[in-house]
Order: sequence, then C-alpha cells, then structure tokens
Amino acid sequence: MDALLFMIFAAVAVVCGLNLVLQTHPISSALSLVGVMAALAALYLLLGGEFIAAAQLVVYAGAIMVLFIFVIMLLNAGTEHKALKGSWAKYAGVPLLVALLGMVAYLVQRMSPPTENVVFGEFRKGNPVEIGHALFTTYLLPFEVTSVLILIAILGAIVLARKEIE
Amino acid sequence: MPPLPIPAAAPLSWYLTLSAVLFALGVAGFLFRRNIITVFMSIELMLNAVNLTFITFSYRLKQVDGHIFSFFVMVVAAAEAAVGLAIILTVFKNRQTLEIDELNSLKN
Repeated sequence: MDALLFMIFAAVAVVCGLNLVLQTHPISSALSLVGVMAALAALYLLLGGEFIAAAQLVVYAGAIMVLFIFVIMLLNAGTEHKALKGSWAKYAGVPLLVALLGMVAYLVQRMSPPTENVVFGEFRKGNPVEIGHALFTTYLLPFEVTSVLILIAILGAIVLARKEIE
Repeated sequence: MPPLPIPAAAPLSWYLTLSAVLFALGVAGFLFRRNIITVFMSIELMLNAVNLTFITFSYRLKQVDGHIFSFFVMVVAAAEAAVGLAIILTVFKNRQTLEIDELNSLKN
C-alpha cells in the first residue's frame, strides 16, 4: 500500500514537473508547480513529516504560489514568443541532463541498500512537538537569524516595488 | 501476463531518485525556458526536490534535523520569492519585457 501511494504521488509530481517545463504559458506552469507541491506534501506525510507537510501546503502551495500568480496576473504575462534559439543547448542540454540523472540514480541505488524500506508510521518525530522543541533549543540561533532575514526581505521587497516619489 | 511485482513498501532509494528527477526537471526549466517568471518557478522546483532529500534522510537517520533544515529552506524560499518578484516587477517597469534574452544591457 505504501509503495502504491508512493507511485501515485511520484507520478503526479513527475507529470506536473514535466508540465511545468513544457508549458509555454506562465499560469499553466504555476498551476503545475502547485500540483508538484501538493504531491510532495503527501510524500512528506508518508515519510512521517506531519508538520513539514502542513507547512509545505500552507507556505509553498498557499503563500508563495499566490505571490507568483499575483505577479503573473499583474504583469499580464503571455505565452513565450521565441522558442529556444537553435543553439547547442537545444541538442546537448537534454542528453547531458539525462546522463547526470542516470549517474545520480545509479549512485543512489549503490549507496542505499534495497532492503531499506520506508514504512509509514515508523518515524514519529515529525510532529509539531518535536519540531518545536528542536527549533527552540538546538536551532534557536538560526531561528532568530531567520526572523532578521525575513525582515530584510520585507524591506527589500517594499523598496524595490514601491512607486518612485517625485 | 503476470501482474507487476509491487513491493509492500517503497525503498528509500525511490524517494531519492524521485528527488533527483525533480531536480533535473528544475534544471531543465531553468536552462531552457525564456520567461523570467518560469525560470524563477524552476528554482522553486529545485528547492522542493532538495527538501524531499532532506526529509528522506531524516527518516533514514531517525532524527528531526532534516525537517528543521527543510523548514529553513522554506523560509528562505519565501524571502527569495518576495525579493525576486519585486525585482521582476522593477525590471518589467523599466524594460517592458519578461524575456530573459532581451535583458542583456550588461553584455559587452
């Protein structure tokens, strides 16, 4: 059952990812990315990450993608006019990527023993209690630094996107 | 025709391979697409693929640290999206284009 669920959600993620790359309209790509993120949230649940699955849906599929779609609508972005220019990237890029992917997959298969299975419910530390405990004890300093980072990002976004005052 | 042998549980390496596939798709989108917003979304796809690797190794090591790192990646991605989309807005305001091939004033 676990393997079947993995296959379903992995297939959804890969198909949506392919759709993201192949579609020419940005809105289609953005909706495909939402599909990828929802499928990944389901996979996080299979791996025992309850909090991260919820955060994935709320932060990524909710907040960030709404920002993307908002900007696409605001700029009225249409389909791409030019396809890829007839350069070497068109002919060498895809085979090189497939070769890279093959090497990574081979190394992963070599490194990870095939008997090591992911069983749903075996990892129980992904709940908010454990995450919060780790976040506020071991990782307290990075957590606080993150808040400064977000403050800087807010200021930068406002400064960049404001209207020029004459 | 015999039914396909489906194991009861998915091996750990399948998750890592799926992550590699998604990362390669993100690289492909980053390199081949010409719309600046789609290029940006490809970066988000790559970040998601790396997050899946973090969560998978967190499961394997039975430690929560991978989840924390993945959480930080999400936070940084949110900050990056806010600033990046503001930059895209500014670029569009000044140049009236979203094609990355036309944004070449630093070239030559």
